[in-house]
Amino acid sequence: MIRVMIPFHLQTLAQADPEIALDVPPPRTALAVIRTLEAKYPTLRGAILDLETGKRRPMVRLFVCQEDISHDSMEKPLPKDVIDGKEPFLIVGAISGG
Amino acid sequence: MSRVRILAGTRKGAFIINADGKRDKWTIEGPHFGGWEIYHMAGSPVSPERIYASQTSDWFGQIIQRSDDGGKSWMQPGTPPGEPTTTPDGMPKAESNKFVYDTSKETGAPLTTHQWYDGTPHPWEFKRVWHLEPCLSDPDTVFAGVEDAGLFKSTDGGENWKEVSGLRGHGTGMQWTPGAGGMCLHSILLDKNDPERIYVAISAAGAFRTDDGGKTWKPITRGLHSPYIPDPTAEIGHCVHRIAMHPSHPDVLFMQKHWDVMRSDDRGDNWYEVSGNLPSDFGFPIAVHAHEPNTIYVVPIKSDSEHYPPEGKLRVYRSRNGGNEWEALTRGLPQENCYVNVLRDAMAIDRLDQCGIYFGTTGGQIYCSPDSGDNWITVAANLPPVLSVEVQTLQ
Repeated sequence: MIRVMIPFHLQTLAQADPEIALDVPPPRTALAVIRTLEAKYPTLRGAILDLETGKRRPMVRLFVCQEDISHDSMEKPLPKDVIDGKEPFLIVGAISGG
Repeated sequence: MSRVRILAGTRKGAFIINADGKRDKWTIEGPHFGGWEIYHMAGSPVSPERIYASQTSDWFGQIIQRSDDGGKSWMQPGTPPGEPTTTPDGMPKAESNKFVYDTSKETGAPLTTHQWYDGTPHPWEFKRVWHLEPCLSDPDTVFAGVEDAGLFKSTDGGENWKEVSGLRGHGTGMQWTPGAGGMCLHSILLDKNDPERIYVAISAAGAFRTDDGGKTWKPITRGLHSPYIPDPTAEIGHCVHRIAMHPSHPDVLFMQKHWDVMRSDDRGDNWYEVSGNLPSDFGFPIAVHAHEPNTIYVVPIKSDSEHYPPEGKLRVYRSRNGGNEWEALTRGLPQENCYVNVLRDAMAIDRLDQCGIYFGTTGGQIYCSPDSGDNWITVAANLPPVLSVEVQTLQ
């Protein structure tokens, strides 16, 4: 199971806990995690990836194993520690504002 | 006995505020969608328990919410409870949040750029829904005014949205420019006597009218004068902040422009100024009394650089003769050290026999006058900044 951490606004939108365990089928990539998350919580569709273009929304960031993978290919395989559930897959709202 | 329900959209959630017809005791429910910006909520005139809400975020995008029980429970119309949560090919639903500009040649609107602040062409980018206007006769039909400026329509309760593309495509769209708050379509007026006639207003493009249900549109800006654009009397470029109409006098329109309060007696074809003795004719909202078509309300703001009331006194101004002669309404409103703003969608009226006037402030206050403006009471004192106020009059 992959442990996905979502920010407060997406928790309220999905009515879900901060951490969600997902059984993601291979290939286990950032895109697969997000699409599996959207399938489980349809209200999140469009809030992470743009509905029309499928691209990551500009102020959403993706972190794994202390690395920012926001600008990596969405189809790059995730680290083993994330796939094994040892490390979470973090979806983060970029820090801005006061 | 009749009662009222205030729908307040704020920077940090939605609040639903109820009172009986006396309007002296209020119960505040909320926040719904805590932490999200709620730009606007609006109830269906023919099915008041049906409420639409625009929930939005710079981070996570646009969400359309709908309630069918007066705001007690909410859902995204594209994903109603009990129905499959995915399409037949396995994709999650969220069509209710999908606002895609129509650039097809078939509909006559192959428009892809407008003018940016610096005058260069800029692509049209959907950002949020500013205003929702439910149809006067069908609860499943609703219009949405969006940023970047465009008009969308849903005929299935908000599940799917289609652009009314003739507006952007009528010919002037490439000249439209954003105002300080973005290029937003914020006002939608429906004529109950003629369902084919719709008015919209856009900052900073101007005002527009269709007489054929949205197929064709024309600018209605003759008489407007805006010294902040190269040609002050140009057809396009006026920063219209709000337009209003009384349903029994649909030929008469009122406008709060960036500066100037304006009036038209011919469905917007010609405008003339009615600012009269206002202490400032800059402001955002304008509203018309429920039973007196010539009684109008504005909230003067000092200037476009100083978004607070003149002299630190929060005053609503009322004209009982359609403009030019204005009286200050102050009883119950702060008359010293008040530096809040009242945004364009944050003023509303009820339709009780004794017409109530309502407005919300960027300081988080909501005020109500149950007697047409003579006296004001504080409905809520400490909400997040108020973006919009609507009022439903219920039996």
